[in-house]
Amino acid sequence: MKWLSLNWPQVVELTRDHLLLSAPAILLSVLLAVPIGRLAQQRPRLGGPLLGAASLLYAIPALPLLIIIPVIFGIPLRSPATMIIALTVYGLALLVRTAADAFGSVDPRVREAAVAVGHSPRSVFWRVDLPLAVPVLLAGVRVVAVSTVSLVTIGALIGVPSLGTLLTDGFQRGIPAEVATGVIATMLLALFFDAVLVAAGRILTPWTVSRRERLLPQEETT
Amino acid sequence: MIEFESVTKTYPGQTTAVSDFSLVVPSHRTVVLVGSSGSGKSTLLRTVNRMVEPTSGRVLIDDEDVRERDPVALRRSIGYVLQHGGLLPHRSVLDNIATVPVLNGVPKREARTAASELLERVGLDPKVGRRFPGQLSGGQQQRVGVARALAADPNILLMDEPFGAVDPIMRRELQEELLRLQADMHKTIVFVTHDVDEAFLLGDEVVVLREGGVIAQRGTPAEILGAPADDFVRDFVGADRAERELHITEVDGRTIAVDASGRPVGVLAP
Ligand SMILES: Nc1ncnc2c1ncn2[C@@H]1O[C@H](COP(=O)(O)OP(=O)(O)O)[C@@H](O)[C@H]1O
Ligand SMILES: [Mg+2]
Repeated sequence: MKWLSLNWPQVVELTRDHLLLSAPAILLSVLLAVPIGRLAQQRPRLGGPLLGAASLLYAIPALPLLIIIPVIFGIPLRSPATMIIALTVYGLALLVRTAADAFGSVDPRVREAAVAVGHSPRSVFWRVDLPLAVPVLLAGVRVVAVSTVSLVTIGALIGVPSLGTLLTDGFQRGIPAEVATGVIATMLLALFFDAVLVAAGRILTPWTVSRRERLLPQEETT
Repeated sequence: MIEFESVTKTYPGQTTAVSDFSLVVPSHRTVVLVGSSGSGKSTLLRTVNRMVEPTSGRVLIDDEDVRERDPVALRRSIGYVLQHGGLLPHRSVLDNIATVPVLNGVPKREARTAASELLERVGLDPKVGRRFPGQLSGGQQQRVGVARALAADPNILLMDEPFGAVDPIMRRELQEELLRLQADMHKTIVFVTHDVDEAFLLGDEVVVLREGGVIAQRGTPAEILGAPADDFVRDFVGADRAERELHITEVDGRTIAVDASGRPVGVLAP
């Protein structure tokens, strides 16, 4: 507690850094995983290898990945961009399969009826497939969000500041309170992301809520 | 007017679902395709809005081959009602009804107002407009399906066993509602059912299909019932069923119609 009361401005700043690394990575993961997942779901023959490859990304050890990304993208090692790209790679690994499953969860009869009444392929995607995929997709995004927030701490190893800095610094200097603060703040941030996503889900999928409330007194036809 | 010209459809790895089917559906009339499950009714219906492309033969609407039409524009110009509603579960009832007008670029508010009026026309309380389809009964969903099909005021309505999944009392109400609507809409309707009584009730003309989309008989309900073309039709329409064979008897000075098993079915109007 004493450590925290003396160092809270640093903790606030590192929390902000942490947020600015994880949020873009989560967003990028979603933006990339959705089209890839959709493609995989629509073209199963292409989709199989694609999903396999995506899952394999998760098996790349973090440190080599952090070293190889600057080489490939021509950016400095100790930059937020390196970290965001690495996190996006892991996010994709987790999310692409879920995204494919999410589109697979859409009732084909609903999709077909939508086509039959005159939705173009584009409007089928935006007005039917995407909104109906949201519940499954969101479950996957929640996993990615929590995983990303926790992975950001690795950045401390290559000197990208985040709450992970408290962990490395605390260990090196033997300050348990600093380590504990790092762990707890990271977990709180993960919980915060999760709460935001749950709230977003409520807003984006009002029909799933009202299905639970369907046993309202029902007036039949007038 | 819809014309089927020698339409044949063979699905991959299947025997022929529809073979050499020709039929003219005159404008402003209701033609019912009736046949048992798997006789190719849905396949035929779906060749009209290009959800199914015939293997050979063609379908014309007002003398134009539907293949000349852009499929999306074609489908928006045709009302389509499905057995299970086919409503979008994530859109409100009003938005479901307004689907095609909104896709066609009608402003949302205007489309919703029109949708609300349609709700009343199909016999629903405007209050249900804000609900989601999952919150409605089966019968209410089918009414919404009909309202959606009417929203862009199409000339043609395709109805694929629209009342097949609702209970008999509700089905009867829906059938009456459709007759009432058609009496002042005069759409060109192709209606598909496996229920002979429904076919005879709704059809100006009825086409009895046998397996493989082959026409067993076509004609007005009276023609088919009065003179079934063969044993298949006689059997299918139940021309020999006891309740179809009516006799007249006098009871207390009134003329009563009774069926073959002696059950009274009605009183002859004076
Ligand atoms: N998409 C499809 N792929 C393969 N076979 C189909 C398809 N749709 C229908 N069939 C087959 O075609 C035949 C006619 O089906 P359908 O037109 O749905 O008949 P109905 O509507 O009269 O029940 C059936 O044997 C059915 O199994
Ligand atoms: Mg069918």
